[in-house]
Amino acid sequence: MDYINAFWVGGLICALAQILLDRTKLMPGRVMVLLVCTGAVLGALHIYQPIQDYAGAGASVPLAGFGNLLWKGVKEAVDKEGFIGIFLGGFKASAVGISAALVFGYLASLICEPKMKK
Amino acid sequence: MRLAGADSNTESLEGEGRVDRKKQQEAYENYVKRKTPVHNLPANMTKAFITGGIICVIGQSILNYCEKIGLDKDISGGWTSMILILLSVILTALNVYPRIAKWGGAGALVPITGFANSVAAPAIEFQKEGQVMGIGCKIFTIAGPVILYGVFTSWVLGFLYWIGKIAGLL
Repeated sequence: MDYINAFWVGGLICALAQILLDRTKLMPGRVMVLLVCTGAVLGALHIYQPIQDYAGAGASVPLAGFGNLLWKGVKEAVDKEGFIGIFLGGFKASAVGISAALVFGYLASLICEPKMKK
Repeated sequence: MRLAGADSNTESLEGEGRVDRKKQQEAYENYVKRKTPVHNLPANMTKAFITGGIICVIGQSILNYCEKIGLDKDISGGWTSMILILLSVILTALNVYPRIAKWGGAGALVPITGFANSVAAPAIEFQKEGQVMGIGCKIFTIAGPVILYGVFTSWVLGFLYWIGKIAGLL
């Protein structure tokens, strides 16, 4: 059951983003930024977490889940450390994703030759 | 014949200037309209739905496995992101991910694998421009804005949350 929920919620988020891509002149980078910010705001409004509890990876894998993760990190750090937590929590929570992308991306650039676009 | 046509064209351009430029502009706009691919929105949305759904299901299977072997929720999420990013970078390096993205559109862009692709692809492409100004700068082409606005948004929300807590509202 959790696979079905992950499939349709994750798919739905992507289909909605496709409307943005096709109907507006937003570039992919802007859509990604928009999704992360939306996820953080929905997280702060206590909307995103219930969705994630229902859909699991269907909500945490899309970039909106990345925004929610940033917000969760900040909130937890503020609860624990007070004011300085605002500066601490976001990067701490998103550390795995950002580090993995940068490290693997860099390693790929050392190994691979650029390919011609066909 | 073509040469003569071109000649008369330049002559009239010099002669009537503005009117002709307007005509040219119109012709150009028509050309752009003709050449811009027409999007079939329902089809594209279906493709995005399927592609994004499948990537999320793969994520869910990693998540379930991590929780089955007894890792806690946050750590399982970390493993899921890490493995999906690794897979995406490998597929980017093998030039497979662009093909998935071409078919799946937003379905390949929106999941964290799309983020990883947007980091790895420019790093590979701009390696000839050097370690610092090439790879170092270009690796952040899309990741930079995403991280900046993500961190800034969550900072603002965290600040409001902190004020709310001080004021005793939350």
